[in-house]
Amino acid sequence: MRGTRYGPGVLTRFASVSDPIPVAGGGLLSRRALLKGAMVMGAGAALPATAADEHLGAAMAWQKTPGRPPTGYGNPSRFESAVTRTTYHRYGAIALGNGGSFTPLERLRGTITPNGLHFERHHQGVPDIDPAKHRLVVHGLVRRPLRFSIDALGRYPMTSTTAFIECAGNSFPNTNDKPPQVTCGEIHGLVSCSEWTGVPLAMLLEEAGVRADAKWIVAEGADAVSMHRSIPIEKVRDDALVALYQNGERLRPEQGYPVRLLLPGWEGNMSVKWLHRLELVTAPVQARDETSHYTDALPDGRALQFTFEMGVKSVITQPSPGWMLQGPGYYDISGLAWSGAGHVARVDVSADGGRTWAPAELMETAQPFAFTRFRLPWRWDGGPVRLMSRAMDEREQIQPTRAEWMQRYGAKQRYHYHAIQTWQVDDMGEVSNAY
Amino acid sequence: MTTRAVAVAIALFVAKVSAAPDLGDPVKVDDLVGLSITIGPDGRGLPPGRGTAIDGVDIYVEKCASCHGVRGQGRTGPALAGGAGTLAGKNPVRTVGSYWPHATTLFDYIRRAMPYDRPMSLTNEQVYQLTAYVLWLNGIVGRDEVVDARSLPEVKMPNRAGFVNAWDARDRD
Ligand code: HEC
Repeated sequence: MRGTRYGPGVLTRFASVSDPIPVAGGGLLSRRALLKGAMVMGAGAALPATAADEHLGAAMAWQKTPGRPPTGYGNPSRFESAVTRTTYHRYGAIALGNGGSFTPLERLRGTITPNGLHFERHHQGVPDIDPAKHRLVVHGLVRRPLRFSIDALGRYPMTSTTAFIECAGNSFPNTNDKPPQVTCGEIHGLVSCSEWTGVPLAMLLEEAGVRADAKWIVAEGADAVSMHRSIPIEKVRDDALVALYQNGERLRPEQGYPVRLLLPGWEGNMSVKWLHRLELVTAPVQARDETSHYTDALPDGRALQFTFEMGVKSVITQPSPGWMLQGPGYYDISGLAWSGAGHVARVDVSADGGRTWAPAELMETAQPFAFTRFRLPWRWDGGPVRLMSRAMDEREQIQPTRAEWMQRYGAKQRYHYHAIQTWQVDDMGEVSNAY
Repeated sequence: MTTRAVAVAIALFVAKVSAAPDLGDPVKVDDLVGLSITIGPDGRGLPPGRGTAIDGVDIYVEKCASCHGVRGQGRTGPALAGGAGTLAGKNPVRTVGSYWPHATTLFDYIRRAMPYDRPMSLTNEQVYQLTAYVLWLNGIVGRDEVVDARSLPEVKMPNRAGFVNAWDARDRD
């Protein structure tokens, strides 16, 4: 990563901020100070009096050329072409469908992931499903087995919920012995957040008539491994959604078109994509992906099974590796936090390697099971600094340190990593991954 | 009750008073043939058929060995055998033999997902043969031992006791 410069190249840097109040070591400032400062700056940036006279001469080329006509489906500006997912393959050429792509978290702001940048993880590629031929079957321990066409599902009352989906294996690079020098997204980008719209699964099950002995649901996808998982029925009563839309448009093929399951807060693998079958059963069926995979190694050689909820987590997205700080001065630290428990209650930031911490501002968009954006103003003195963020959720669960997390599990445990991330800033302003 | 649960409850209530949409088509048992492929650890769902490791050799070499290795040691694809006794060490090798708790999962996974380049191309008989062969590679069944709907759920997997059910053990708040 060293030496890489990309995109805007520099973080937003504020020339001046009124009343910076130090709140912790390493130059962290009061979260209340900054936006006010920014506004002052904006107000001071008035046009010079002569600007109007030089209006024509100063006009940009695009002011003098007719713009392009409307298009049927919009794309990002050509100047944003570097903002893409990074793809990877687990087994190379023999199984190109087994892999995924990372959301470039360090390139995005706000809390919603654009559909084309939502992370992917597939075991056997993206199926090309004709929605007219796709059916969702509900059967097993129900009084009336039912089959739904996509058109029929589209006529049900729908609800929307903003939720992150995080792969159980997200952040696995940080379980390596040495901190990998890749971007924030290439470490933590198997998580994304969207507004999902669809039919509450409870409504479909109500119509099918769930029998009293049904305790679990097998959800199966129509991909070329017929990926399936067992889900406790409690989750259905809480908030399981049969999702048809993602950020207002139909699901993208790589997100399960035409229909997927959404289990807010639970490991992404269970939000089965290309959903075509739901079978009510008495007990988990011990699918490959709840035994061989998606189980958590313990130090004594045993393994935890059915650890569904994703742990409380946060990461600073700006600055992060690949960003270059342009000299000492003010910067806005910004990041994302989320928890499978629901709400993020608090995020603390440290600029001195965890010696002192200051509470970050949680932005107004915060919702349960969704990304929460946090920020904290910071004055960099130009010396080496270790930046960290630590989230706490509504159940008062606190993000562990890497050492604490590693101690809990056995060797080669690669699921449910949610430890505190440290970014090392060196005296050149270069940011790298550090343990 | 969470806000979501309330929302769902309200939605259900509304659905009820305004008559449920009820737009699903009834499904007959016949419709589920070939579609309902779930297999439980108790053997529920296992089809008729049988196979032994000896029966499976040729088809394994033809359809599986290129990715998984003739002895299941792994090549471009993951290892299917080996790793016994490594789970608590620094370099655990998790395979069907060393890690998987249930033999039924093996039949289920091969039938739905393998061979990787031609999933769902095997007959049930072939899947039984391959299941027997992979179990034999791991020293779990003898080469002439019959694997079928009755015997497969009874197969003792070495790591059967190696899993802790975290869902049942969770603290309910
Ligand atoms: C083209 C390469 C290829 C061929 C041929 C192939 N496999 Fe696989 N196999 C894979 C890959 C890749 C995976 C990993 C899939 C994943 O993790 O999603 C796998 C996974 C498996 C697993 C699960 C391993 C585990 O520990 O989770 C089993 C069992 C298996 N294969 C059996 C077979 C059998 C039996 C055949 C022959 C019928 C076969 N495979 C043919 C590539 C192949």
